[in-house]
Amino acid sequence: MAQVLINDAEKKFIVDGVEVNMRNDGRTCNSYRPMELECDLVSTANGSARLRLANSDILVGVKTEIDAPHPDTPDLGKVEFFVDCSANATPVFEGRGGEDLATEISNSLSKAYYSSFPLHKLKIVSGHMCWKLTVDILILELGGNLFDATSLAVKAALYSTQIPRVSTAAVDGKNIDLQLSDDPHDCWSLDVSCIPCLVTMCKIGDHHLVDPTQEEEACSNASLIMAVTRKGKITSTFKYGDSSLHYNSVTKILKAGVEVGKSLNQALDEALVRESKLGPNRKKFGFLFVN
Amino acid sequence: MDLLTEYGGGLRNDGRRGHELRKIRCRLGVFSQSDGSAYIEQGNTKVLAAVYGPRPVRNKQIKVHGSVLINFQYSMAVFSTGERKTRPRGDRKTSEISLQLRQAVSAAIMTEVHPRSQIDIFVEVLQADGGNFCACVNAATLALIDAGIPMREYVVACSASLAGDTPLVDISHLEETLGGPNLTVAALPLSGKVAVMELSQKLHLDHLPRVLDCALKGCADIHAILDTAIKQHLIKVAGARGLGKKFHLGQQTQNKLKNDKEEEEEEDDEMSKKDVEMITL
Repeated sequence: MAQVLINDAEKKFIVDGVEVNMRNDGRTCNSYRPMELECDLVSTANGSARLRLANSDILVGVKTEIDAPHPDTPDLGKVEFFVDCSANATPVFEGRGGEDLATEISNSLSKAYYSSFPLHKLKIVSGHMCWKLTVDILILELGGNLFDATSLAVKAALYSTQIPRVSTAAVDGKNIDLQLSDDPHDCWSLDVSCIPCLVTMCKIGDHHLVDPTQEEEACSNASLIMAVTRKGKITSTFKYGDSSLHYNSVTKILKAGVEVGKSLNQALDEALVRESKLGPNRKKFGFLFVN
Repeated sequence: MDLLTEYGGGLRNDGRRGHELRKIRCRLGVFSQSDGSAYIEQGNTKVLAAVYGPRPVRNKQIKVHGSVLINFQYSMAVFSTGERKTRPRGDRKTSEISLQLRQAVSAAIMTEVHPRSQIDIFVEVLQADGGNFCACVNAATLALIDAGIPMREYVVACSASLAGDTPLVDISHLEETLGGPNLTVAALPLSGKVAVMELSQKLHLDHLPRVLDCALKGCADIHAILDTAIKQHLIKVAGARGLGKKFHLGQQTQNKLKNDKEEEEEEDDEMSKKDVEMITL
């Protein structure tokens, strides 16, 4: 990850602050920074969302296309993740500079979604045709806690994704006659209630905290990232960072992370419902929004 | 489908007349980490730009003396087009556009002011609906001004086409694909200079001046829009810092200030006359 420059005195200040449950920006160890979320910004995508968590700015676009299912799983659709670290975020990402981070994020998302995503709903004709959702993530600014922000934005974009309804699908030998509904607004959307969010638990000293800023990430020895669903199930987890975590702290962090994940999912779901209640003709702000 | 419909004496497919631009909305200072950033919407084309620098040259192998090194990267979000793109940058087309964009901004930036340094400009097309190059040039201008980089004047780009006898300005993606010539011009509108000019498809030489005029007129119109946006932004930024209070004062106070100033100047004049007399004595 692109590191910020931070000296020893600043590090000590942050570590000592965490010790007394007081962080640089006035938060406690288990509180998030405020987020801004807006869905359906990109008209060329079937679903999109922009999430801004303090300085972390993520734009996600979901496109649907018809594809052949994998021979091993004839009844399942496909989901692919592609992360692009824009050079707008930092000049380090210029050219192919952001590819390592991009791979890390897209792999973590595919692992988290592997066991929980409702792929069976994307089936069209068993063994022949299915929907493929390509989730494209664009990282526009860095403000720490990229994994959480990305997963939240992806969930919001999937929630807003409109998949065209198939009116008839007839199999005639090897030919498949597929007709999509004539009405372009005749679409269905996915049930995202079982989709997990990633929660980063950052370990600083003996304590662990949620939603680390870039400076806090620089102070951290290691963090544990887990994918938690609304019901509190962990669908994947991995350690991130160079140093090691003790067995006891891993179990402790996992327990705390589940609670964080539950409330994070709930908050996101509520926000999404609130936004969709405003209707399709709501005013869209996008990047013109000034707060 | 034709470029011009028969309705309303020749309206375009999106309801515009030949000389009308798409709606432009823009904002400066979108991001806080970059030295300058801007966002622009021209119709459905949406572009984000960020500027980093001037700062020491990162790649030591590139040696530039006496002028600044300008590094421009153009990239498109993979979901920005109707059909999903396979990669955001690195293909032939994007590299070519990057080079042209660099050419356009180099014409406007005062490169001799920052020798042995580098300016990075990154543009990201979020949604593409024709005129990507033009929107990128305009976004880059806004971001460069937000970064406070000295420029001779704004560099503004606009495209134009020809349908029958009517020149069309600021053409959309649909109009680009329907055929007809596509003239893209990046200009310095105040001095009337052309920084980049590109014509795709054939166009009779007799028609070129009219289409070029149309594109330059479009550049001038966009210049006016960007100029107002920048001035509004500056009033807001300066106002928040307690500078330029004059902008917020009522008309009466402004007149009073003006009168005071004039009186002061008159006094100064008298003083200087006395000084002159003293010297002659």
